[in-house]
Amino acid sequence: MSTEETLQQKFPAAGLTFSQFRDNRRIVVPAESLQPLLAFMKQDLGFDMLAELTAVDYLEYEGATDRFGVVYVVVNTKTGERLIIKTFVNDPDPVLPSVYSLWKSADWLEREVYDMFGIKFSGHPDLRRILTPDEFSAYPLRKDYPLKGRGERHNFPVITRADS
Amino acid sequence: MAMKDVPENIFMTQLDAAASWARANSLWPMPFATACCGIELMATASSRFDLARFGAEVMRFSPRQCDLMIVAGRVVMKMLPVLQRIWLQMPEPKWCISMGACACTGGVFDTYAVVQGVDRFIPVDLYVPGCPPRPEQLMAGIIALQDKIKHGGTLNGTEFGKRTQPMGPTPYDLDELIRIREANEQLVSLN
Repeated sequence: MSTEETLQQKFPAAGLTFSQFRDNRRIVVPAESLQPLLAFMKQDLGFDMLAELTAVDYLEYEGATDRFGVVYVVVNTKTGERLIIKTFVNDPDPVLPSVYSLWKSADWLEREVYDMFGIKFSGHPDLRRILTPDEFSAYPLRKDYPLKGRGERHNFPVITRADS
Repeated sequence: MAMKDVPENIFMTQLDAAASWARANSLWPMPFATACCGIELMATASSRFDLARFGAEVMRFSPRQCDLMIVAGRVVMKMLPVLQRIWLQMPEPKWCISMGACACTGGVFDTYAVVQGVDRFIPVDLYVPGCPPRPEQLMAGIIALQDKIKHGGTLNGTEFGKRTQPMGPTPYDLDELIRIREANEQLVSLN
């Protein structure tokens, strides 16, 4: 039985959607079923590695119904099986359950998604910004944030020869 | 003392000129190398180009021991406070070379995270253009800086004392202000 069939059998009411493009096997899951699905995959199906966790902002994207897509790529290192799990969250308060308890690699990946998109992960032990400075207030990879910023890059003291 | 009374191996000069001569020929660079310009900087210091010929090969990674900061590469928002702190930690007299397009102007990285020229926030004595500049260009820059030090340097650094104003472009250019206003308008229209 393939992993997709097992998941469909285990979560019949979750509304999972399966698709495939070449060797990319994708599962779209509603946000409320994400945590039990990922926990089942880790604990029972042997997906012991979280290879990637990232997000996409679908603002003004043609045909999109939700604001943010969050993508988990999980790998079973015994069989080499690789699955892409995708879920959607929306403004004004995009929150997902943290998967830090399942995979420790989620620590920095969730911090990065929080830093760049402002998606919060409830249950994360240390949800701080990871790339931008602590005092940075925007979420730069959101589509409504201008490429050149809002003047943060100019907001520094000027040191002259007299000061130094 | 008449000139004929001066013993052999002794010559007269001004103290400023002697000090500047010594300083110009023993520049100790602080390699603030953050990107590909840093690789050219390393090439400049290594045997093929041999920066040692100009007395500037002693790269020191402690700012307390340096008198020439070479900013080689793009400086991001998070790195700028570090750059400023290192600059303040360097003892006087000190000079700064902004090496490459990114350090001078931000280069192609006109994004929210990259500082658009380090001269907006620290004093810069000399700009080396290029993306990245070849080692010859950097050496030409160092020779030009030596010339500047020899001709304008004083023992007490009074040439620096006159430079009390920021030397780079103002942190907010007119086009920058227009861009910020456009960004805010865009934000308002989205909400």
